[in-house]
Amino acid sequence: MIPKLDFSSLKDAHGYQYAVRFMLGGAVTVCTGLIAGHWGPIIGGLFLSFPAIFPASATLIERHETEKKQRAGMNSPLRGRKAAALDAAGAILGGYGLACFGAVAWLLLPVYPFGLALSVAGVVWLTVSICLWWVCLHT
Amino acid sequence: MELLWRFLLGGALVSLFALVGDVLRPKRFAGLFGAAPSVALASLALTVAKSGPSVAATEARSMILSSLGFILYVWVVHRVLARGRWPASLVALGGLVVWGLAASLAAGVLLAGGA
Repeated sequence: MIPKLDFSSLKDAHGYQYAVRFMLGGAVTVCTGLIAGHWGPIIGGLFLSFPAIFPASATLIERHETEKKQRAGMNSPLRGRKAAALDAAGAILGGYGLACFGAVAWLLLPVYPFGLALSVAGVVWLTVSICLWWVCLHT
Repeated sequence: MELLWRFLLGGALVSLFALVGDVLRPKRFAGLFGAAPSVALASLALTVAKSGPSVAATEARSMILSSLGFILYVWVVHRVLARGRWPASLVALGGLVVWGLAASLAAGVLLAGGA
């Protein structure tokens, strides 16, 4: 199975949903900075893995799938919830990549320029996540 | 001014990764982007600029432990949603308690260890 792009979900999305995500992402990043400033980087760093994207995405997926089924004459919300559960299954794998991102950033930031360190950490997140997805797909 | 940059950069990165996740299929693959390091990228870049790389590295080390809390959070959400009884919004938001408890435990471990 090859991942592909499907822009149909964007047609059903509302502008306010993207505004909420922007506000939430901005608010979490501001709070992380404030917490780190008040309680130090050890506590502030915990918020770097706050689930800022997942709740809104899962809600959007459920709504999109449920509306699609309603248009086909089916009123059960079950399909939408199962679709959101699949999204969560992917996020579990991405979570392992997130931990690897933190480990690489921790090791590289004191040694290399921050642009290089964060780029390598980002590539490691993506590589670990995709490799885990591929392994799960074939086992 | 720094807070404004934090807000704009964090909001932009979260929106970007969320948008990528929205248009990718299959859903399980798209879910990988629900765990994108969007807040981490914005925060670490601005922390390096303000406080230096060693402080940012300390934040990244804490992130490793709280990422385990993230994994626990999405695992719980996955299990509950797969049963199909509760709406995704309720489960995803209510489940944040799991992440909060895991992050609190991680804070206790880090502070007790004299990190």
